[in-house]
Amino acid sequence: MILESTASTSQFAPSSITGILWLIPAVPIIASGVIALLKQPRRKPAAALAIGALSVSLLLSLIAFVHVVSGWAHGAAVREFVNFTWIRVGPAHVDLGWVLDPLAAVMLVMVSFVGLLIFIYSVGYMEHDENFTRFFCFLSLFAGAMLGVVISNSLLLLFMCWEIVGLTSYLLIGFWYQKPSAAAAAKKAFITTRFGDVFFLLGIVWLFAETGTLLFYNHGLGSLEPLSLAIVLTNHAGLGLSAAGAIGLLIFAGAAGKSGQLPLHVWLPDAMEGPTPVSALIHAATMVAAGVYLIARVYPLMQIGAGPNESTTALTVVAWVGTVTAVFAALIAVAQNDIKRILAYSTVSQLGYMMAGLGLGGVAVGMFHLITHAFFKALLFLGAGSVIHGCHEEQDIRRMGGLRVDMPLTFLTYGIGMLALCGFPIVFSGFWSKDAILEAAQHWSVAKTPFYLLVFGALLTAFYMTRQVCYVFLGYWRGHGEAHESPTVMTLPLAILAFFAMALGLIGTPAWPWFHAFLENRSTLFDIHAFIEMRFLLLMGASSLVVFLGLGLGAWLYGNKSPEPEEPDALEKSAPILWAGLRDRLYVDEFYGATVIAFYAWGARVADWMDRHVWGGIVAAVVWLFGLWAKFNRMLDVNWVDGSFDKTCEELSSSGGLLARLQDGRVQSYLRILAVAVVVLTAILLWSSRR
Amino acid sequence: MGTPLAGYLTVAALLFAIGLAGALTRRNAILVLIGIELMLNAANLNLIAFWRYGPHPEALTGVMFAIFSIAVAAAEAAVGLGLVISIYRHANTSELDKMTRMKG
Repeated sequence: MILESTASTSQFAPSSITGILWLIPAVPIIASGVIALLKQPRRKPAAALAIGALSVSLLLSLIAFVHVVSGWAHGAAVREFVNFTWIRVGPAHVDLGWVLDPLAAVMLVMVSFVGLLIFIYSVGYMEHDENFTRFFCFLSLFAGAMLGVVISNSLLLLFMCWEIVGLTSYLLIGFWYQKPSAAAAAKKAFITTRFGDVFFLLGIVWLFAETGTLLFYNHGLGSLEPLSLAIVLTNHAGLGLSAAGAIGLLIFAGAAGKSGQLPLHVWLPDAMEGPTPVSALIHAATMVAAGVYLIARVYPLMQIGAGPNESTTALTVVAWVGTVTAVFAALIAVAQNDIKRILAYSTVSQLGYMMAGLGLGGVAVGMFHLITHAFFKALLFLGAGSVIHGCHEEQDIRRMGGLRVDMPLTFLTYGIGMLALCGFPIVFSGFWSKDAILEAAQHWSVAKTPFYLLVFGALLTAFYMTRQVCYVFLGYWRGHGEAHESPTVMTLPLAILAFFAMALGLIGTPAWPWFHAFLENRSTLFDIHAFIEMRFLLLMGASSLVVFLGLGLGAWLYGNKSPEPEEPDALEKSAPILWAGLRDRLYVDEFYGATVIAFYAWGARVADWMDRHVWGGIVAAVVWLFGLWAKFNRMLDVNWVDGSFDKTCEELSSSGGLLARLQDGRVQSYLRILAVAVVVLTAILLWSSRR
Repeated sequence: MGTPLAGYLTVAALLFAIGLAGALTRRNAILVLIGIELMLNAANLNLIAFWRYGPHPEALTGVMFAIFSIAVAAAEAAVGLGLVISIYRHANTSELDKMTRMKG
């Protein structure tokens, strides 16, 4: 390997933190390797290693973040990278590298921080699991790979880490592999995301063919820099698309698979078969956000060719897919009864919002929702885990109720998470990030439909979350046994996350859009007048109204009623058919079962038939021919080779028998022959001497 | 001088022939041994006769040779008889034809 360390930007000399940026993913991965070597019952060292390694990563991430922020505060955009050549084949070479810029810095801090909290929470949640060390091994590997995705400066390195992330997701969903449903969910997740990844890989190969590099930034030679972008823009891919658009769409297919966008969302709700911390870390906060992050990372490629206030084909597709996913998943979430499944569909829906934000408003809009969502959705999942833990592994919200008394801390933090997710005005982060998306949708130049759909989605979000909270925390207890509050090791991360679920909104308000300015490298000032601007005020009012409507509708329908588990849902009574459709997840799984899976099953049957009859027949014929040949050979052997050999042996043994008869062991007969011989010899001698 | 030697040799040849006939025809191992001893003594007789009528009768070579031969024959007879006795004890017979145990 030839190491060409070329770290710098036009503004900055390579800083020491960029030089050691690779340690951020490497430390958890090494820790994971060490944990894998530990013996199974060694719980404490395993947890300590994983948490310690991620703490180191968090520390380094914070240093990197501060470095980027200080650079930005001094008016210089920080984009530092280290590249090296991995493979060199003739004139072509494949380069890998890592990059530190505002986007990476924000994600680094989010992933390592949320990850660390969830690691700590897992110590409590997985306390009684016998595969404790294996769990932390996988978690640590996941965290390392995810951080690797974040700092990659090469699409190839990103793809590698992306696949490790997919692998750990598979391993963790199927963590309780004794459960057939968990094993099936793991396979489903892996195969569905692989389906998107195939397109992603095609996009990578195409991009390499067009530009000859997979590096993002490389002193003007990277694939996201103007020189390469001009090449991919001018080349045509057919169907009115430029190569840039086609590659963008292919990459988006990979992102859609990972981020559970329609029509590849089916794996994400099933992924809730894994342990709840996994659901929180991987399938709500970080991994599913990798798709959104990927789009944000290659945004220059998606955006190239669009004038001001225009949209490219790729971005339009991203926006529409995101919007439809957001509403579709929110609809399904209304009629689910599994506490984690509601959150899973909510995650799909919110990922749709992020994608829509990217497509409609740009990197900062989508990424802001990603960050806020990571915190409050991790909070909600960990809260759900706390509820499940406290209710003796019960997941059906109809068999809960009244937990506000039994689990006050969980109730409080869950309530904060729920209000943040609903976008409750002013004090919750979800409000600001969702408003930014709605505002972008309102001013989108292509169509206005996404705006109305997203507003409707916000209404649904508030409604289904209210329904869930009413079922779980209000009313009276309908489950078995006694519910109890979770230990401090679990509630403490909840409290920290709850704090951030509220506070994070402050860095992205219209009055002080610090986050957006940071990502887009603008300067920002605190400007209270932005609040009072008519367009913001109107939109904020409208979205608040929608949220209140959703909350009110939910409270009116479910309120403090505590329906019995067998009793039909309040909505089911009024619209049973619609309810059945939503409850059965709008039959997407059934649709896939009837089309894709049926097709594959048919293909498998055909292949089986071919195997048995065609290929099997050929094999049988060959076997028969060889059998015939062998029989012929045997005949030759028996009658010819063996015959002559046997004859020879017979002759030898009979002549041996004759000779043996001479040597009969009677000394007297030998002597007799000797005497005769002497007499004969003497006679001959006498006779010859006489002549 | 020629006649006495021929007489000795004739006696020796007869003796040898008798011994040979005994060794070939007898079934009892002891009688075969006796036949062999006769043949040996015929040879000894020849040795003495050739010495006595040879070119140097003054040297005692023939006698010495015969005495050695008799000593060896005695040793041989002792060994042979020992074997016969041993076999007799073992197989309860001294008939040569019945000693077939080691026949292949």
